[in-house]
Amino acid sequence: MSELSLERGLAALRAEIDAPVAAFFSSCVRCGLCAQSCPFYLETGDPRYTPILKLEPLRRVWEAEFTLWGRIKRWLGLGQEVSDAMLAEWEPLLYDSCTMCGRCSMVCPVGNDLAYMIRKTREGMVQSGHAPEGLVAASVRAIQTGSPMGLQWKTLAVQIQHVERSTGLTVPVDRAGAEYLVMLSSMEIINFPEYLEAITRIFDHAGVRWTLSTQCFEATNAGIQIGSKDIAAELVERVVAAASALGVSRVISPECGHAFTAIRWEGPNLIGRPYPFRVFHIIEVLDELRRDGRLHTEGKEADRLSMHDPCNLARKSGVIGEQRALMGLVAENFVDLDEHGRFQWCCGAGGGVSSNERAEPLKLAAFKRKKAQIEAVEPERMVTMCATCRTQLEEGLEEFNMDIPVVGLTEMIAEHLVERPAVEPEAGTESGQPA
Amino acid sequence: MNGAMEFLLWTKGPMFQIALGIFAVGMLARLFEILLLGRATNHAEARAGEWLPGLRTVFTRTIPDPGTFRRAPFDVLVGWVWHLGFIIVLLLSVPHVELIAGVFGVSWPALPNPVIDLLTAITLAGLVAALLHRLLHPVKRRISIPQDYLVWALTFAVVLTGYLAYHRLVEPYPLALGMHILSAELLLICLPFTKLTHIFTTVFARWYNGAAFGRKGVRS
Repeated sequence: MSELSLERGLAALRAEIDAPVAAFFSSCVRCGLCAQSCPFYLETGDPRYTPILKLEPLRRVWEAEFTLWGRIKRWLGLGQEVSDAMLAEWEPLLYDSCTMCGRCSMVCPVGNDLAYMIRKTREGMVQSGHAPEGLVAASVRAIQTGSPMGLQWKTLAVQIQHVERSTGLTVPVDRAGAEYLVMLSSMEIINFPEYLEAITRIFDHAGVRWTLSTQCFEATNAGIQIGSKDIAAELVERVVAAASALGVSRVISPECGHAFTAIRWEGPNLIGRPYPFRVFHIIEVLDELRRDGRLHTEGKEADRLSMHDPCNLARKSGVIGEQRALMGLVAENFVDLDEHGRFQWCCGAGGGVSSNERAEPLKLAAFKRKKAQIEAVEPERMVTMCATCRTQLEEGLEEFNMDIPVVGLTEMIAEHLVERPAVEPEAGTESGQPA
Repeated sequence: MNGAMEFLLWTKGPMFQIALGIFAVGMLARLFEILLLGRATNHAEARAGEWLPGLRTVFTRTIPDPGTFRRAPFDVLVGWVWHLGFIIVLLLSVPHVELIAGVFGVSWPALPNPVIDLLTAITLAGLVAALLHRLLHPVKRRISIPQDYLVWALTFAVVLTGYLAYHRLVEPYPLALGMHILSAELLLICLPFTKLTHIFTTVFARWYNGAAFGRKGVRS
């Protein structure tokens, strides 16, 4: 990442401007309603965190170079330039106080997709050398080691041994011809090894042919968070290569929100071609197994449970009903947060905020919105399906002395599996709920 | 009186042509400027189509989600009140219906004058409230640029001069009417070069939004 310059930054911003961006900026009436959808503004009261204001660098490039009137103004010397100093001032606005949760995109009265434009503006920030240190470091580690946390296969191999010992099952590795390639995130491997154990149990139970790949096990994408197409494309290519080498027809994204956005929605566009396989979030796969009657569960959690929808899974990918159907399988006292699904509130840690040490106070401030939502419903435990959200919920709830454990939905499903089905699973047997 | 009549004839004649010309050419140019940029091909497997979700968002985005309404009721109500008032008066007052019939040859029933009068007063009050909110609310004040106040003044002037002319509060009448027509022409001239473009581009912005989310299986 050498030779970063203002010129390169401006060129990157220029390259990001398309018809939607031009339509969005042409339509903005500066009503400021987007602020009412942003946890960073709402919880700090600082108007600098108004989403549309965060896009000012991109807006200036658009006005000066993509509108007739802007060109005239520039020619008359009345244009507003984007300078290095301005980008430096905007760096915390574009990274520390935005998780790209996309809530503002749902609320803007003229229909501006602000999160789409934040993602684009970050490309210019990277090229001009104005990306946060923490994210730069994570990106470099991801490219050099394959993991943003510098995690090696040998660490995963140790986890696999643990899982195999405690389950008595084999974790399939490099199994060519499997149906599913399971991708993981480093955070899952380190903080939530119970996830790997859970899918090992569930897939054995449901008779799913799956595998891990030693060639590539990490599907988080630091390039998406920091805003670098080159890095993001390189990381996606590694997943594609691993999936192609094993000939799988389906790839499962880790329980990590942005990883799902990266591999599911941005990936094919980053590499410029469709995939030879399909991509699913584990929650989609589990719900498909449920619908096909391949999940046999027994007993239900009796305590009051609520759920946090990861932004990238719900609002940005339309996976909303699936996790609720799965909850119905294992929980009898489930209550939704008031604003959930496509209108859920971000946990405050996504979009690279959690990798950016400088953003720590803002990350905690934004969490207060989630905290208030949780307090309103008073659950005994929270359920979620994203390692970053889960870590943020755990840390945030602890910070505010709220004794509410956070559990993963996949693990909860695994705990309720009927022990070892006697025969090969058949579709439509008793405990599977019809769709 | 003579000067006032000449002024009125000028606003109805040459100035009207100029304003209409700048508006039409300018707005077409802006739309081309936007749409010719296009979008990159999307290779990701879609969950749903784009057209219907896009069209749905064009309409549904008019009404805020309940949470946003709870958090910003003043924004929503004031915005609605003066937009609706402006559009109704524009399309359904007797002189405007007659003007449209004269220019385009199509006509529809107008609302009674007292109703239009009341709506005009409400619209003016709504615009004043919107201006005060812009000046007082920390977010609005922070993101506002001079153009926002210019556009407000142009819009307010159109409604105010119409009200003054109708109530014969400015004499002579041709001067009052001329001022109303001229302010409407200034609005038309500025439309393609200011945020007033949202009158046309919002349809595209909402469509792109609805299409992008809809493709991923989300109603936006």
